[in-house]
Amino acid sequence: MEYCVGIDLGSTTTKAVIIDCQERLIGRGITNSRSNYDVACQIALDEALISARFGLIEGNLKQGHERLEPLERGFRRQQYLHQLDTLSRILVGLAGSGAAAGFLDRIVDDMRLESTALFGPEGNRKSDFFRDLAGSRYLSLAERFAREDGACFEALAGLYDKAILEVENTAGAAGSFEECLRDAVADVPGDVEDLRRAVEQAVAIELVQVGSVGTGYGRQRLPFPEGQIRSEILCHGLGAHAMFPATRTVLDIGGQDTKAIQVDDQGIVTSFQMNDRCAAGCGRYLGYIADEMNLGLHELGPLAEQSQRPVRINSTCTVFAGAELRERLSLGEKREDILAGLHRAIILRAMSLLARSGGVNDEFTFTGGVAKNPAAVGALAQLVQDNYGERTLNISPDSIYTGALGAALFAHRGSRAPVGSVE
Amino acid sequence: MIASSVSTLVERAEALCRDLRLQSVRDWKARTGGLAIGYLPVYVPRELLVAQGILPVGLMGAGADLEIIRGDAYYQSYICHLPRSTIEMGLDGSLDCLDGLLFPAICDVIRNLSGMWQMLFPDKYAHYLDLPQNFDRELGGRFYRDELETIARDLAARGASAPTPESLREAIVLYNENRAVVRSLYELRAAEPWKIPTWELYVVLRAGLVLPVTEHTTLLEAYREAALADTTRLPMDQARVVLTGSFCEQPPLGLLKTLERAGCYIVDDDFIQVLRWIRSDVPVEGDPLENLVNSLLDDAIASPTRYSDQDEVGGELVERVQRRQAEGVLFCAPSFCDPALLDQPMAVAAVERRGIPWTSFKYSENSGQFQVIREQAGTFADSIKLWSEA
Amino acid sequence: MKPLDTTVVDVLKDGSQIRQKQMIADHYARLARARETGEKCVYTYVPGNLTELIRGFDLLPVLPEINALQSGMRGKSRDYIARAEKEGHSEDVCTYVKCDIGMKRSGNIGPTGERLPDPDLLLLSYTGCFTFLKWFELLREEYDCPVAMLHVPYQGDGKITDSMRRYVVDQLRDKIIPALEEASGKAFDLDRLRESLARSAQAEDDLVWVLQSAKNVPSPIDAYFGGVYYIGPIFTAFRGMPEAVDYYRELRAEIEQRLERGQGPVTPDGELESERFRVVVEGPPNWTSFRQFWKMFADEGAVVVASTYTKVGGVYDNGFRHDPDRPLESLAEYCLGCYTNLSLPTRVEMISRYVQDYRADGFLINSVKSCNSFSAGQLMILREVEKRTGRPGGFIESDLVDPRYFSASNIKNRLESYFQMIEQKRAGGGQ
Repeated sequence: MEYCVGIDLGSTTTKAVIIDCQERLIGRGITNSRSNYDVACQIALDEALISARFGLIEGNLKQGHERLEPLERGFRRQQYLHQLDTLSRILVGLAGSGAAAGFLDRIVDDMRLESTALFGPEGNRKSDFFRDLAGSRYLSLAERFAREDGACFEALAGLYDKAILEVENTAGAAGSFEECLRDAVADVPGDVEDLRRAVEQAVAIELVQVGSVGTGYGRQRLPFPEGQIRSEILCHGLGAHAMFPATRTVLDIGGQDTKAIQVDDQGIVTSFQMNDRCAAGCGRYLGYIADEMNLGLHELGPLAEQSQRPVRINSTCTVFAGAELRERLSLGEKREDILAGLHRAIILRAMSLLARSGGVNDEFTFTGGVAKNPAAVGALAQLVQDNYGERTLNISPDSIYTGALGAALFAHRGSRAPVGSVE
Repeated sequence: MIASSVSTLVERAEALCRDLRLQSVRDWKARTGGLAIGYLPVYVPRELLVAQGILPVGLMGAGADLEIIRGDAYYQSYICHLPRSTIEMGLDGSLDCLDGLLFPAICDVIRNLSGMWQMLFPDKYAHYLDLPQNFDRELGGRFYRDELETIARDLAARGASAPTPESLREAIVLYNENRAVVRSLYELRAAEPWKIPTWELYVVLRAGLVLPVTEHTTLLEAYREAALADTTRLPMDQARVVLTGSFCEQPPLGLLKTLERAGCYIVDDDFIQVLRWIRSDVPVEGDPLENLVNSLLDDAIASPTRYSDQDEVGGELVERVQRRQAEGVLFCAPSFCDPALLDQPMAVAAVERRGIPWTSFKYSENSGQFQVIREQAGTFADSIKLWSEA
Repeated sequence: MKPLDTTVVDVLKDGSQIRQKQMIADHYARLARARETGEKCVYTYVPGNLTELIRGFDLLPVLPEINALQSGMRGKSRDYIARAEKEGHSEDVCTYVKCDIGMKRSGNIGPTGERLPDPDLLLLSYTGCFTFLKWFELLREEYDCPVAMLHVPYQGDGKITDSMRRYVVDQLRDKIIPALEEASGKAFDLDRLRESLARSAQAEDDLVWVLQSAKNVPSPIDAYFGGVYYIGPIFTAFRGMPEAVDYYRELRAEIEQRLERGQGPVTPDGELESERFRVVVEGPPNWTSFRQFWKMFADEGAVVVASTYTKVGGVYDNGFRHDPDRPLESLAEYCLGCYTNLSLPTRVEMISRYVQDYRADGFLINSVKSCNSFSAGQLMILREVEKRTGRPGGFIESDLVDPRYFSASNIKNRLESYFQMIEQKRAGGGQ
């Protein structure tokens, strides 16, 4: 089976989308970006291929689709165990004969034991990334050993910080796909014959890459051949068009930058604007605010939505965010009212970029991490209504893949127009 | 009873300052049928406009009250705030009662705004008023007179009356009266700053941007009388400072209050300079247009927007510090203000040569938080007091 | 405007470039010896420069903007700016000024590594840029020397009025010429001025021909990155000098030859093989990463066919010429007509005309933080020119000589997106 892949190397996450010859989405994967771009891209692609295989398995299963879920959890656990092996090896190597060394095996052994529960039906996994999953368990165990057995917590934590970087940049740390999958099948309770057959059929299908395009914000070097790099603006425009074909205006607010893009009825970009070097009004600003308020990023929006009387915030300067916040709080303003004002201030910055790029045309698609924030969406909808009138506002739960999807479509439609095709 | 009179006057003035839709101007136009012409900082010859039956309306930004929705789309992040709020007010209809705008020579941002205005509002009069930087009567004077005649002609073509020597003289008299009471308020504040808090002085002065000149003069006189009569305001141990750098984009009212609460008596400043650009009276006798021209050449205050042919650029600031018996200088400029910030190193050098204490900070007209400035100004005021005691 | 950076000059090996390099080197050598030889010098600005007058008194011009941009190209500006900021200059203001002040306080070493002479006169031609006014006030405090101030009114209503022309002429006659006489100890020689102006006009004809050669498809020149070299002599110390006449004659012959041979413009990597995009650029270049910036265009096959920056020291392609029969009047009109002295509607008109006349695919604005004269209003220029021409505009941000404001990845990202957008539009569909 032939496929094309688009990879979007972002500032915090790397996404891959694969599509088949009919431009149908068949798989997608995400991982955290890291210092080694090649590994990040490879892992995102691996993840996309995994999701494609699971899609095939699902198609092969005549019934018993409810068994896919335990299979996938089992598969993730197998990957986790492989990654733990790598982590353990690296930790031991880093620790040498230091005092912390004696505790490492005990920690990792406990983590292996916990994995059954972690990936069980009730398991509480706050992230899909190994760095976060393993990190939270490792640190809590390290804390326990420090408390009960006199281990040095700082030393253990320091070892982890070093080791995880290396794990992340080790290709194949999660083991081979087929091995993990087969081990996972064996762990699924009950009669697994159907499932095993479906898995074997899916694994037997060869997935052949026939095209790839990479994109990513402001990277001087992307790990793709030069002819296969497309601007993220173009990818974003085409991706949004693919998700919502009537899209004419796209707003993307990510961690580092904000983009306003106008596209035509084919998804071709006709104009665009990006924020200037000042990062005010980007997602990162909300991150500062969350830190300042000791809240999780995802908690900001819902809290702001409770506001009855939003405060007007004039400055979205990240440098002053903390000071302004503290002053407002000390004046007795309510947290939710301040937050509502902050969300509006960020969206006002975006409104400027939209105006510069040519306004908000129907339909209007909002993407990026901030599109998940209900208070930001509310403020945007209101301001668009007030300034441009009725507009259909599209937000996809999968908007994080917009750029990668556009890249995959470019990959399918052939690489850049040949040089000299002018007029 | 007297105190309530001060507060009534100040409340009225503050309401005028905060009325961004210029209701009082709309009322005036409905009443008189005259033209209203807006102008930006720092100086326009309002006498000429009044002599043509026009209401001059000063625009000095929207302060902290207006949410900028459209204006930011026109400017990069490194440009000051005043033109953003001016465009915002233009686009949201607040300024539709104005028949035109004059953009005096302040800096390149306001200069370019004149061209933007021409494109944004092609039906309105929008003129860049090139104030002369050469102060010879035969050179800059002649050019400036041509400028004034051009403006008078342009406005007459739009329905204003042509200025006559009589109407010009009348207007000069009215503005001389206004300048006199403004001067006396500055003197009074320098002598007894506890009686004239700067934020009050600021709003009663700023009301003059929208009021007809006689009404403004009356307001100022009433305020002066009421403030003098108020015996409840007593002197406090505060540092006497000259505030400089805020001649175009104005500081938010909250900043002025913050500075005074932090222990500073502002005994001189750069606010709303159009009222004081000409230092003394414009002569009434003789050719009135020539008198307006010559007053600008010979009798204008020093400003970073005006070329200085003096040897020491900060000399005039030093002179103000001495005349007002100030103990220090607050350099208080808007962010990204070219004239103020390019001038500042020279002015700082001049005060440093005399051992005058100074501190500096920047603001934007819509700054919402002053904690850092409060601490800075408080420390500065404390250090001055300690110093003077030592 | 006139880079000396040898690595860049070396890529332009034409005879005219070698000649220009020599002219500049000789000029700086002469400046370095000025104290010994007793030659006097005048600091002045590029826009509204009165070179024919200055040199008519045998005075040597020094252009602080040029020194600043040279410092930027030679990697010195970061330290100079840091020094000025440390000594009280705001981070918000023009970096040319801070670079110049920093250079002065670091020994006033010019682009050739030799010390520049102190000015005998600051000739403040206040043309198209408010900062000029403050800059020479600042320098006056550094040098304690006389200033001659020429106020050139702004073309606020898009035209030069008789009043403006007379004001400038009168100042030239009553203020500037006497100050130059005083500084040089020589009497004003009108005939000598007329001869210079005639040579200026001759060189201007050739310059205009060269810049307009970019109307050809493909273009034999790059009118921005290459253009800054072409304007060098006429924007700086040589307008009205025989050297400038020779330089432009030679340059024109070279470009004529390129055109005949069908050669494209020279880039940092050699001759451009294939012209893929034709664009107009508004705004000054960045000097600290000039070569890198240029390469970002060249790598995409993008040729700048017209630029506004090459008009800051004089707009000649509208027919204006210095005129020996109207010496002071034409000098006044020259000053009044410099690009940054034009109103925004006039600038919009000019850029729109360039986009059309030079058959450009679109236009790009390089918005520099330092220069509000250029930058304030550029977002409106963007909108208006797009509206009038129907061609896409791109917007990038940097600075003149502050390397902190040149984000290569950011600019590259925007440029690539912009060019890919044009390409995609041409191809139609998702190609």
